[in-house]
Amino acid sequence: MGGGIDESVPGFLGWLDTPAGKVARIATEWSAADHLGAWKVRWAIGRMAYLVPPGLYAVGTPDDSSPVVVTANYKLTWDLVRRVLAGRDAWLLVLETHGINVWCAAGKGTFGTEELVRRIAAVRLGDVVAHRTALLPLLSATGVCSREVRSATGFEARFATIRAADLPEYLDNGFRTTGPMRRLTFTLRERMALVPVDCILALAASLPVLAGCLLAGASLAKSSRSVEALFPALSFLGALLCGTAGVPLLLPWLPGRAFSIKGAFLGLLPVAAVGVESAWAIRSVLPALLCLPAASAFFALNFTGSTPYTSRSGVKKEIRRALPVMGLSALAGVAAWVAPRFPG
Amino acid sequence: MRGYAYLKDVATLALNRERCTGCGVCAHVCPQQVFVIRDRKSKIVDRDACMECGACALNCPADALSVDAGVGCASGILTEWWRERFPRKRGGPASGCC
Repeated sequence: MGGGIDESVPGFLGWLDTPAGKVARIATEWSAADHLGAWKVRWAIGRMAYLVPPGLYAVGTPDDSSPVVVTANYKLTWDLVRRVLAGRDAWLLVLETHGINVWCAAGKGTFGTEELVRRIAAVRLGDVVAHRTALLPLLSATGVCSREVRSATGFEARFATIRAADLPEYLDNGFRTTGPMRRLTFTLRERMALVPVDCILALAASLPVLAGCLLAGASLAKSSRSVEALFPALSFLGALLCGTAGVPLLLPWLPGRAFSIKGAFLGLLPVAAVGVESAWAIRSVLPALLCLPAASAFFALNFTGSTPYTSRSGVKKEIRRALPVMGLSALAGVAAWVAPRFPG
Repeated sequence: MRGYAYLKDVATLALNRERCTGCGVCAHVCPQQVFVIRDRKSKIVDRDACMECGACALNCPADALSVDAGVGCASGILTEWWRERFPRKRGGPASGCC
């Protein structure tokens, strides 16, 4: 895992002597490697091993009155936090969340009371700062019980802001969380950032289905038009793109509350493509209509986990209702596609 | 959440108004603005917006809130169900879920 903090940590500037020992000072600006790393994790390249060692870091030249900002050891999170602290003196307390972001780690309990209490003791935070306040990301309240942290460590765990970007304003206004700082957003830009990862993971998980489409396409296509062999696989890819890219991008404007409905609706696009290509031949359009919206709906349903507003009970309900419908529809579609192609 | 609404009438959030001391912690930690403090008591004003993260219940000093909180992504829930059904098969492929 993370290992200890040494001179190889990203952005290492030097050591700062504190009553609790040496603390690594880190830069607030990103290097080329940090930019490249951030880009790579957005494309699902090595994102599960993108972490920094947990422990205490120094930004600027903090002293015993400087604020303590707590964050996760997912390097992208850590990078975003140190960058917004540019020009300030602060302590950065990094918890061991095994390279997982704040929200997901708090939900699973790794960004939690126990780890925070343990980490405060391990870095001897009480010897480093004279005050007794630790600033936490607001979304970590899912895993951290503030009053238990206080009774165990004497530190007040204050839930500050949702976004790291609001930290400077929070620090400047005397630790006051304003309305916008506690309000979640899901802007087009935020949704777009999620699309590459979701597409790549869906593609990887769909390789067996794609292989099946290619095999079936090759064996069922008329030999005179070899490109036809690719149609099933292309149609499936179209449905995959609708569910993993189209739904996130168009999310607020697609009909329905359920993600599967939104996905199925958008899945009509590849059906239309099949219709146009086949001159609306029923033997092509019917299987497409049964398979493609179902596939798109499935990928859209998966996107619930990437949004900041779906509930566990809601997703459970949607899975219970929609998954059997999708499964049956897809099976019926495959049957409708294969059956007419066997003579007799 | 402004501009977004998930399924209606599913959230398991419950508030015991008698226990509530009106401290306002729930309103502070809730990222969906589900609570307002009125007459020194918390009030659920937008239950359908609750995403069942559990922050309010965990931090309520009066134990006045309950919610079935947990992993909320589809792949996570499917993995959970799978493991309940086939408990002996440990591990398996990591879900894409964070």
